[in-house]
Amino acid sequence: MFAYIARRILASVPVMIVVALFVFLLLRLTPGDPAAIIAGDMATPAQLDQIRQSLGLNEPLVTQFVTWSGQLLSGDFGRSLISRTPVLTLIGQRLEPTLSLAIVTMIITLVLSIPMGVLAAWRHGSLTDSAVMAVSVLGFSIPVFVTGYIFIQIFAIDLRIFPVQGFKSISEGLWPFFSRIFLPALTLATIYIALIARMTRAAMLDVLGEDYVRTARAKGLSERVVLFRHALRNAAVPILTVVGTGFALMISGVVVTESVFNIPGLGRLTVDAILARDYPVIQALILLTSGIYVVINLLIDISYAFMDPRIRY
Amino acid sequence: MSFLANASAFKPSRLVRSALLASVVALSGFVAAPVDAQEIRAVMHSGIRVLDPVITTAHITRNHGYMIYDTLLGMDENLKPQPQMASWEVSDDGLTYTFTLRDGLKWHDGGPVTSADAVASLKRWGERDGGAQMMFKSVESLEPTGDKTFVLKLSEPFSYVLELMAKPSGLPTFIMPERVAKTPAGESITDYTGSGPFKFVEAEFEPGVRAVYEKNEDYVPRDEPPSWTAGGKVVKVDKVTWVVMPDVQTAVNAINGGEIDFIEQTPIDLLPLLQANPELTVEVLSPLGYQTMARLNWLNPPFDNVKIRQAAMTALGQEPILAALVGNAEYMKSCGSMYGCGTPFATDAGSEPIMSGPQPDKAKAMLEEAGYDGTPIVLMQPTDVPSIAPQPVVAAQLLRQGGFTVDMQPMDWQTLVTRRASQAGVAEGGWNMFFTNWIIPEVWSPINNPMLNGGGKEAAWFGWPNDPELDEMRTKFAQASDEETRKTIAADIQAHAYEVVNYIPVGEYTIPSTSRNSLSGMLKMPVPVFWNVEKAAD
Repeated sequence: MFAYIARRILASVPVMIVVALFVFLLLRLTPGDPAAIIAGDMATPAQLDQIRQSLGLNEPLVTQFVTWSGQLLSGDFGRSLISRTPVLTLIGQRLEPTLSLAIVTMIITLVLSIPMGVLAAWRHGSLTDSAVMAVSVLGFSIPVFVTGYIFIQIFAIDLRIFPVQGFKSISEGLWPFFSRIFLPALTLATIYIALIARMTRAAMLDVLGEDYVRTARAKGLSERVVLFRHALRNAAVPILTVVGTGFALMISGVVVTESVFNIPGLGRLTVDAILARDYPVIQALILLTSGIYVVINLLIDISYAFMDPRIRY
Repeated sequence: MSFLANASAFKPSRLVRSALLASVVALSGFVAAPVDAQEIRAVMHSGIRVLDPVITTAHITRNHGYMIYDTLLGMDENLKPQPQMASWEVSDDGLTYTFTLRDGLKWHDGGPVTSADAVASLKRWGERDGGAQMMFKSVESLEPTGDKTFVLKLSEPFSYVLELMAKPSGLPTFIMPERVAKTPAGESITDYTGSGPFKFVEAEFEPGVRAVYEKNEDYVPRDEPPSWTAGGKVVKVDKVTWVVMPDVQTAVNAINGGEIDFIEQTPIDLLPLLQANPELTVEVLSPLGYQTMARLNWLNPPFDNVKIRQAAMTALGQEPILAALVGNAEYMKSCGSMYGCGTPFATDAGSEPIMSGPQPDKAKAMLEEAGYDGTPIVLMQPTDVPSIAPQPVVAAQLLRQGGFTVDMQPMDWQTLVTRRASQAGVAEGGWNMFFTNWIIPEVWSPINNPMLNGGGKEAAWFGWPNDPELDEMRTKFAQASDEETRKTIAADIQAHAYEVVNYIPVGEYTIPSTSRNSLSGMLKMPVPVFWNVEKAAD
């Protein structure tokens, strides 16, 4: 197992190098000039050139890439071209809101979607099954910003249970944190609940017809034990894959939900950086995202071995 | 045994039930927590990222400048320069200006503000500001003559010195410590020590999220009542936080829910949601408003031909464009003055072609006379900026009706600002036409107005008109010593600028602000400032 993990980590190094090179070149080939964003509307060509010079943007591409790679190897992601804030500080400021949103969303999703999926499979073809599927289709079909505004109108404006927007760190207290993260997480969860409930239902339907399920029932085990201990565990591999990639997607940024609820997460940072052509920030964010995908895929693969004893590395 | 029949196995325990009950009670009792009575939470028109108010003309950075820096001079509501940090005396020949800093000026780190700081700041400003660059061509020397005095000597008359130093927008004369002001003008500063009425709380700054300002307890305001950027800057709250909300609907919900106190710019189409709430006040704080305009590129065909530029202006009209941009008569008006209506130099001189509305038949005739060969007009449309996105769409249709072939190219604003800096031909990435907006104080005189510069490829603003006659007239304006002569020259400049189609103003508009009624004392002026503002308990 450890040899497998080491191999996977080593294999990710060339992936990251290719990503870094690709992102660097792609950004430089995209039209846009950070100097123009900094200088504002009144700048003359000479003033723009002066700013480009001071930011090192007039250097040849190879020189810029070598400088950036050298910084990366020493753990320095550089500074934002626009605000001059260190890139790691910017990412650090946005990491907690993003992680909080992703984790709470995933908790809500798993708590609701797995039982829904199991129930729908167990009651296959019944009204319950149809109801679960209808809820899934609805959750999948309504755009997330519409769901968000509906939740805000009901829970924040009409009932005044939660604030409309914003984020508070968990260090400022459990309720301030929870009251602000719950609605955005619930909004985002509607999509994942739909996805994972359907996936759970499909995977469960596959295994519920298996001999070992019949055997378990014949042994007189309760339905709860049959469903959750025998069937669900065997259906877990595809579900885990979707949960894992869904989680990675959420960490790499869910800009619409972040905007509707004013959560200062990585999604907004990414969009802002792209619009401003803030090269060091975009590069770092894409590297971070790639790293997250590598790690989460690795964790998913490792978890297969725990969920299914037949899988060995 | 069915799953549901065994549901009792899933009944919550007493402990869980108690916890649920407690949660419901807690939830139902929760009302959005009121913010600190001494903190103003404001949503500004954009998030602040660049913190150097000299390197950029971005309005949000200018607003930041007014929070933490002071200006040498202020401008009052009658558009007259007034002392702010400094008073002044002018020699009889008008060539020597002696400035004296007032008592009590201190940096946020406690050090005294000296004339060396003021001189260094003015020199850096002189490298960036268009009007100041023109002024510095006439400056013989600018030197400190004591801790609190400095002298500006001119080599030739330039009578617009005080107006430039007092201007409220573009690049105002924010004064920084000498060590900071010595930063090269093309490089951003990294030390945010000011002497203004608020201090910047750097530790709480999150670009794109929030900027926090706390009251500068050591600031000594002037005794006069506040009037625009002149008079006493008395701070009446402990803290101002600028919260960035990229979604305007969220900002509207937040102010309705009492989570924020102020929205600087309220989209017109969302006004009904705010005007229905008696706890809110919706008003225009900057009655002078904005000018929206089209710029043509003099370097590329077909707009290198003055007759074709004139045909384009004849094909356009202000009202259709304003209707698409604003759509509410209360917040828009046609205006033929390049200096903005309601300003000292406002004039209709030469504006007849644009003020007559779209004249497609006349435009077609003019094009025929000019020998227009159907060369497409590359019109850049920024799709991501709501205040500039509609104008090109309407203009494209009006130009087509006037006989032009138009190639409207949608792009993001960042691509547009990069491409507009290109002096290449259209096939090599150049362009023919784009739109942008200015606040009126940025265009209200021939010196301030960035478009009225005929310096060609080297010195003029994007579009690069090569117009020595215009520059000669601007110099005369700068040298004129009395107001009437200035007005006459300003009118002549405008008539000439329309004649050669330097640019095409397509109307003016205002944007209302929204504040909770707990705020009082917001000053009506072109720049949103937070001195003089009080906050009562909501």
